[in-house]
Amino acid sequence: MNLYRAHVLVCGGTGCSSSGSAQLIERFEQQLKEKGLEKEVQVVRTGCFGLCEAGPVVIVYPEGTFYSRVKVEDVDEIVSEHLLKGRKVQHLVYVDHATKESTVQKSLDEVGFYKQQERLALRNCGVIDPENIDEYIAFDGYKALAKALTEMTPEEVIKVVLDSGLRGRGGAGFPTGRKWQFAAASKADQKYIICNADEGDPGAFMDRSILEGDPHSVIEAMTIGGYAIGATEGYVYVRAEYPIAVGRLQTAIDQAREYGLLGKNIFGSGFDFDMHIRLGAGAFVCGEETALMHSIEGMRGEPTPKPPFPAVRGLFDKPSNINNVETYANIPLIINKGADWFKSIGTPGNSGTKVFALGGKINNTGLVEIPMGTSLRTVIYDIGGGIPNGKKFKAVQTGGPSGGCIPAEHLDIAIDYDSLTSIGSMMGSGGMIVMDEDNCMVDIARFFLDFTVDESCGKCTPCRVGTRRMLEILERITEGKGEEGDIEKLEALAENIKATALCGLGQTAPNPVLSTLKYFRDEYEAHIKEKRCPAHHCQKLLNYVITDKCRGCTLCSKVCPAGAISGTVKEQHVIDTTKCLKCGACIEKCRFGAIIKN
Amino acid sequence: MKSLADLEAIRAKTLENIAMRKDHNDAARVVVGMATCGIAAGARPVMLQFVEEIKKRNLEHVTVSQTGCIGMCRLEPMVDVIMPGKEKVTYVKVKPEMVARIVAEHIVNGRPVEEYTIGAAE
Repeated sequence: MNLYRAHVLVCGGTGCSSSGSAQLIERFEQQLKEKGLEKEVQVVRTGCFGLCEAGPVVIVYPEGTFYSRVKVEDVDEIVSEHLLKGRKVQHLVYVDHATKESTVQKSLDEVGFYKQQERLALRNCGVIDPENIDEYIAFDGYKALAKALTEMTPEEVIKVVLDSGLRGRGGAGFPTGRKWQFAAASKADQKYIICNADEGDPGAFMDRSILEGDPHSVIEAMTIGGYAIGATEGYVYVRAEYPIAVGRLQTAIDQAREYGLLGKNIFGSGFDFDMHIRLGAGAFVCGEETALMHSIEGMRGEPTPKPPFPAVRGLFDKPSNINNVETYANIPLIINKGADWFKSIGTPGNSGTKVFALGGKINNTGLVEIPMGTSLRTVIYDIGGGIPNGKKFKAVQTGGPSGGCIPAEHLDIAIDYDSLTSIGSMMGSGGMIVMDEDNCMVDIARFFLDFTVDESCGKCTPCRVGTRRMLEILERITEGKGEEGDIEKLEALAENIKATALCGLGQTAPNPVLSTLKYFRDEYEAHIKEKRCPAHHCQKLLNYVITDKCRGCTLCSKVCPAGAISGTVKEQHVIDTTKCLKCGACIEKCRFGAIIKN
Repeated sequence: MKSLADLEAIRAKTLENIAMRKDHNDAARVVVGMATCGIAAGARPVMLQFVEEIKKRNLEHVTVSQTGCIGMCRLEPMVDVIMPGKEKVTYVKVKPEMVARIVAEHIVNGRPVEEYTIGAAE
């Protein structure tokens, strides 16, 4: 094997792939060959580095130089300057949003975005080649499996997981060890272990990134789980919209089989285990465990009431255990380093870390992993780099369509399962959407409800009809047709749906409405009573006005499709609000910033 | 693969190659001057010799990297060796055949090779 003196790591996650990282790799390989460096420098396609905002991302080791937004044309310069002559290409090096400093002199760990993170589940993402099992093994991969199978009884494995305090990272936060205990206690000739990779929350993509960047960690953990509960077969249910993740997982499964890490008599322990991938069509409800199992069985993805819980009667009516991708990614570490180590991270009752997908109005969109108990402020301002364009922070939405909005007054709350629930939101799978002063909270609630109405499977009435009624009311409000009593109606519907819906999707669907009502009731009232959108967002509630900055250039009247603007040359023009379509074409054209919305 | 030993063998073999991707604060660094002057004076074979020597001795915590010109072109090829917690030592007019001694005495045993250093040359 060649010993390379430098490694060029190119992000091959979905984000960077779509901005052309595959071409970068090609160009690097070609340029290195041309310069005769192909035996000295290795090019590696890795999983997601997390800082998707700066993609495509290239990291050069041993220096740990972080190049951002690299274009194919830039590759020649990196090769001839950095790799050949050892001079970092200053203008391509990532600039820290928070400090506005170039990171030329820093190594990766010192960059603001990474400094406060603690990457456990994402430990190998962006570090190893996900399609090379040897690199996973090099960083202690499959060591936990070996330890579990050769040194521990299934009961001991469960005890470590239980003692670690690991809770389900899919959102609800049920203790993983307890789940395993229940499944282990069920007697049956066949049991199954399932991985829920049906990541459906808008904006959340940590499961995808783990499967893309470190698929072996999930395979290893599922095998350990299989040993613990007595299952010999596993299924990964992953949505077909994640082609890169599916491809890499399949490659990883094939490699593990070839090495005998899946199959018969693993590590000579007498334990057999194998696993399969099942593709989902991307229905949100299939993230619900009973619906997911029906879908694997080939039936409609509809939930059924619990109990019976999957641990008693699950997939193919056999006892099954189902965990989320991120939960599994933590398991090998816990087995290797012990329950006490894991508990030392995070807060009591909430051990470990959580991965969040930062999105919305924030500078560093991407994937971050932080210890439980980190404050929202740290995540948004220190790691996320704050709000772009000097705007003011308004709220952050966590937990996707099942979660809620958290206003500025709770920014200093320590993030964990219980604290988020206590302020009317939830952890969820970890989507974190930041909103600034331009976001209308009524419209945000409408957006999430629109999503749930779309994704409701239709089996139970509260969810099928109730959420639609709520959406209709919200649509009316955002269109300026809100009536007195709408808020009370929304609240009554929300409580009923919460209490009576069949599955988690319906039970949590009203959360975005309830939490915005709780913290931003004044915005609802402004829409209903004053027919005004305080954030100037709801199109139908806006009036376009021309101010005295107008020079009478007539551009706006020419571009207006409705002929709503009149006036004479060199004099202030006027918009006829009855004709105005509120399309915004005039604002775009005006060179003097004379047209405003209010 | 049937045993822990097999797994360990793969781990050790691959780690040697990719260890540099984990940040080591305890890593020793060999920095070779590779500007035009360095390259012209023969820095490339020197650097490759370092890579070769480090591989031969299985030194996990050593990285070899490059740097630009620091102005003393007449003394190139120049090599800095920075041991964790120690002052950097600069070697000048390094030739490939000097590398084995630098690695053995300085990096492995912590005793800089005085006669090759910039102090001796001045």
